[in-house]
Amino acid sequence: MSESNTVVTGNPVIDVDKIRQDFPILSTTVRGKPLIYLDNGATTHKPLRVIERVRKFDAEEYGTVRRGAYKLCEHSTQLYEGVRKKVADFLGAEKQGEIVFTSGTTQAINLVAYSFGKRFIEKDDEIIISNIEHHANTVPWQIVCEERGAKLKVIPVNDDGELVMEEYEKLLSNKTRMVAVNHVSNALGTINPVKEITEKAHAVGARVLIDGAQSTPHMKLDVQEIGCDFYTFSGHKMYAPSGIGGVYGKMDLWEELPPYVTGGDMIMQVTLEKTTYAKPPARFEAGTPPITQVIGLGEAIDYLNEIGMDNIAAYENSLLEYGTSLFNDIDGVRIIGNAKNKAALISFYVEAAHPHDVVTLLDQDGISCRGGHHCAQPTMIRFGVPATTRASMAFYNKTEELDALAESIKKCIRFFSA
Amino acid sequence: MSYDNELYQQVILDHNRKPRNFREIKDATHSCHGVNPLCGDDITVYLDVDDGEGVINDLSFQGSGCAISKASTSLMTTFLKGKKIDLARKTKEEFHKMILGELDPEIDEHSLGKLTLFMGIREYPSRTKCASLAWHTLIGALDKKHEGVSTE
Ligand SMILES: Cc1ncc(COP(=O)(O)O)c(C=O)c1O
Repeated sequence: MSESNTVVTGNPVIDVDKIRQDFPILSTTVRGKPLIYLDNGATTHKPLRVIERVRKFDAEEYGTVRRGAYKLCEHSTQLYEGVRKKVADFLGAEKQGEIVFTSGTTQAINLVAYSFGKRFIEKDDEIIISNIEHHANTVPWQIVCEERGAKLKVIPVNDDGELVMEEYEKLLSNKTRMVAVNHVSNALGTINPVKEITEKAHAVGARVLIDGAQSTPHMKLDVQEIGCDFYTFSGHKMYAPSGIGGVYGKMDLWEELPPYVTGGDMIMQVTLEKTTYAKPPARFEAGTPPITQVIGLGEAIDYLNEIGMDNIAAYENSLLEYGTSLFNDIDGVRIIGNAKNKAALISFYVEAAHPHDVVTLLDQDGISCRGGHHCAQPTMIRFGVPATTRASMAFYNKTEELDALAESIKKCIRFFSA
Repeated sequence: MSYDNELYQQVILDHNRKPRNFREIKDATHSCHGVNPLCGDDITVYLDVDDGEGVINDLSFQGSGCAISKASTSLMTTFLKGKKIDLARKTKEEFHKMILGELDPEIDEHSLGKLTLFMGIREYPSRTKCASLAWHTLIGALDKKHEGVSTE
């Protein structure tokens, strides 16, 4: 092993062996080998306390929310709104009512695109996204543009996968209504300068949505410090159940927006002639929400807070450094995305084999990695590859797992070159 | 350095490295472009079919993709050259059933010959489309699907 590979061992901030005991799935096997899970960018696993909290809630406490004046309902409602407060604190929001629950980031962006678009986007207005967005932060804006006669502008990226800020500034004008970019790119790992992006957008009077699907699990956040108008997240990428996520929005902006989905719970009053809408956040939460999943999300946030987001970020960064130097030493492997500011995610291209063959062979060794375009086809096109293989890390991963990954990739290269 | 799996057999690796009939047919009677949008596999299949008898005089392909899709297309071209289009359609059905695990070549009747090499795919549901793209594209060509075909 080369000297540069000895960064992490004995890292004091995270006791990874102890952490791993919190996650039952990490002691299972895949195809007869111990599971090495490196697809955390797609979804993360749940610690036992989240699994047990959800079980206990369903077994002993479950009731509907907001609709009944009896004990179970009141208790559920209290817990449910308590999680809204936890999310608000986790993201650094000023008021808990600024958090709207959705099924995840996809629905969150669709909600904002639809409601904001309906209220604020007109013909010849402009919306800016970047060349490294997830399809969830691309398609809804394309549709808004199509429907409202607006134009979509795209911030280019340099060869390292960083947004070209000078080009961004040139795209901004008094026609810009919305700038929608991710905080962390799921395809490359780039951490975007969201505060600077927001300040520049606000300077021309545009609003800003940050897609936080990949940042919320990995770093300490403060939406007020960033200054953005909207910030989205997905629970299943932050150790909580799937089917729950949400979006922070500034209250004065929420108040101006029309609802996206309509029905029960989002109304003030309904007569057969006219309906008046409830205040945010209820206005944007029509229907019975995923109650149990919200409770699980709250438990996941407590767990993350106990470990400390700064500890998580520091530990994961050491994993990134370790993995990057390992990968740089493998002939025939090219890392796609070398941003100076990067999350613990390595997207790479193996010259000898297609990413789908790579992931199938990694799976033979018990390693779960993603191979594909990561729902970011424009990014793949930009870097001239059909797809990449991606190892995305969490604080429960160990350097030994990255060693195993590197060995497995070398074996795969030998297999295809033989 | 070996893997305990039936997927990447030597013949498959060999066809991946040296795909057969990897060229365009200039005056093809049939051709079709096929894509697997999830993987990015992208092929064009060309045929030269005899008018009267329906015999496939020549069959070729071009494109890019994973080892499974390339080998599957390459083996398909060697398997079908000189055969009739009726057999091509029948083989496609059997091949598809085999990779979905609905036809067991060791028990059920079939005329898949060396194409049974791809039997291992049934253990990898996420890869079935890699193997079937060639055949979908072939049928697209025979049915004159000018807009191309997609596995999705
Ligand atoms: C950057 C980014 N945005 C949006 C999404 C969509 O999130 P979800 O599938 O949870 O709605 C993802 C997850 O795949 C993502 O990585």
